[in-house]
Amino acid sequence: MRMKRRKRTVLTRIRDVLFCAIIYLFLFLPISVIVVNSMNATTSKPYLAWKGFTLAWYVRLFDNTELLGSFRNTMIIAVVSTLLSTIIGTMGAVGMYKYKFKGKSIIDGLLYIPVVIPEIVLGISLLTIFSKVNIPRGMLTLILAHVTFSIPFVIFNVRARLAGYDNSIDEASMDLGANRIQTFFHVTLPVLAPGIAGGALLAFTLSIDDIIISYFVNGQVKTYPLRVMESIKSGVAPDVNALSTLILIATIVFVVLTQSGILNKNKKR
Amino acid sequence: MGYIVELENVDKIYGENHVVKSLNLKVEEGEFLTLLGSSGCGKTTTLRMIAGFEEPTNGNIRVEGEAIEDKEPYERDVNTVFQSYALFPHMTIYDNIAYGLKMKKVPKDEVQERVLHMMDLVQLGGFEKRYPSQLSGGQKQRVAIARALINRPKVLLLDEPLGALDLKLRKQMQLELKRLQKKLNITFIYVTHDQEEALTMSDRIAIMHDGILDQLGTPTEIYEKPATRFVATFIGETNIFDGAVADVKDGQVQVTIENGIISAKDFMSKSGQYVTISVRPEKMKFRDTPTTDFTIPAVVKDYVYVGSIIKCVVELPNGNEIRIERLAGQELPELGTTIYPYWDMEDAVVIHGQEQEMLRAMDSIQFS
Repeated sequence: MRMKRRKRTVLTRIRDVLFCAIIYLFLFLPISVIVVNSMNATTSKPYLAWKGFTLAWYVRLFDNTELLGSFRNTMIIAVVSTLLSTIIGTMGAVGMYKYKFKGKSIIDGLLYIPVVIPEIVLGISLLTIFSKVNIPRGMLTLILAHVTFSIPFVIFNVRARLAGYDNSIDEASMDLGANRIQTFFHVTLPVLAPGIAGGALLAFTLSIDDIIISYFVNGQVKTYPLRVMESIKSGVAPDVNALSTLILIATIVFVVLTQSGILNKNKKR
Repeated sequence: MGYIVELENVDKIYGENHVVKSLNLKVEEGEFLTLLGSSGCGKTTTLRMIAGFEEPTNGNIRVEGEAIEDKEPYERDVNTVFQSYALFPHMTIYDNIAYGLKMKKVPKDEVQERVLHMMDLVQLGGFEKRYPSQLSGGQKQRVAIARALINRPKVLLLDEPLGALDLKLRKQMQLELKRLQKKLNITFIYVTHDQEEALTMSDRIAIMHDGILDQLGTPTEIYEKPATRFVATFIGETNIFDGAVADVKDGQVQVTIENGIISAKDFMSKSGQYVTISVRPEKMKFRDTPTTDFTIPAVVKDYVYVGSIIKCVVELPNGNEIRIERLAGQELPELGTTIYPYWDMEDAVVIHGQEQEMLRAMDSIQFS
């Protein structure tokens, strides 16, 4: 009986490990292909056959001004739109939490619409608006578009944090002599910070990723994803893989840093 | 003695809810005043109006003679201890307590000196670097008190500060709070629904009921001379008899209630008036035969032993139960026997003008 049980636990263990391994393989195999291919010495399209190891693509990457320029555009758009959508979204979430007004539930519901409607619809409607009011398509329209689809995500994140928010800490702050603005910066904002940071991170990720909406409103400006999409027609060039690998490394470093708490000031919370 | 806080004809109306009804209250300097009442009686709203979190719909609130009803909470010289503690979760205990001083731009050296002194005062020395989430309920409560006291307010408002603590800790904190109040000589306005807590700690108690201040007095006054039917039933146990005055002579009234006559000492009643008579269980007496002043029979139903006290439950002919209380070992009637309860005339309190309450009490009688 005892033997049997032990045998079974060993079997379950093997099964569990195998199961996990498959999941992680499934998740990381596609990523690893990019990393591997970024060091492929092949020079002929479609850049798939393995011709030996090289780091040449990482060097050539820095000569490819078009690719680097598109990456710079993407970063500028991501940073600016994240900043704007985080500020607007946080204010919106706090306002909707603190004040009661008529039609609040309708406004609440409307928030979900930009999230659930197909991006292609949002892209077309944004393009229509920008053409009607005659804003030249370019960086500005890209940023505006990214702010538009990021705001709801920021609001959802901040609101999740607000759900557990004890309003009496704001009252306590004012009771102790802080005015409304001081209270916001000393109490409300720091307590909401994790939710705001989560929302900002999401907005940033969405912005870097976006293709469909950007495709409609970019004008002559190329973002990194749009540039990659174009190059796919002739196979993904290894220098694109190289840049993707660098982005991947930066992301992993960031995740490791946050998870280990190095970036967190207050580990205790 | 001067009044430090004065409320004059204060009303608070939320939509159709009249939460506080023309409240007049004068708080003396240095006293421990408790606002006592069941939930929804307006006591917390009253406190929040003094703190500045709610605006009175009508009326004036003065602190040290100065009208403050238009001032923001941060412009008032009062501080609050919140029921939920409301500590800042992202700050250390030190920063929590120092918050008020930092907002007032007190020099850093002085902040440190005052915070450390305050932490000693509430016995939290050594906890400077901890965060609120690392403290127990009682410790959080001390931080909340220290944080509110550091600005040296003229009045400290406490909103059921001990509500979340277990019984033993609550008793201990009651004594500590009382000691702190005496030591610092600050006026405390304390909100609670716990009548025992109110009796233990307060210099005076203001009992609120449905937004109305029913009675304001010392614990003894309130226990021995309840002004309303509600106060009599809310503070301690009592036996309530509703009836009509049948006869008045020599400062003594005979009152007809269901199934008979009871009597009490009273100079205010007129014949035909409806009155409520309240008699504490420990003042109840009994004998085997009726007298002209007391003709109500009662059957002994049950005994309840509460340590040093024995409570005897007797049933009146109309089904109402009344309680007689004796120290253990004293003589009590036997179960099932019929007795005639009575009391010394001066031990009964005659309460006037409670027709509304009587009607309400009648409505709530359950017919079985």
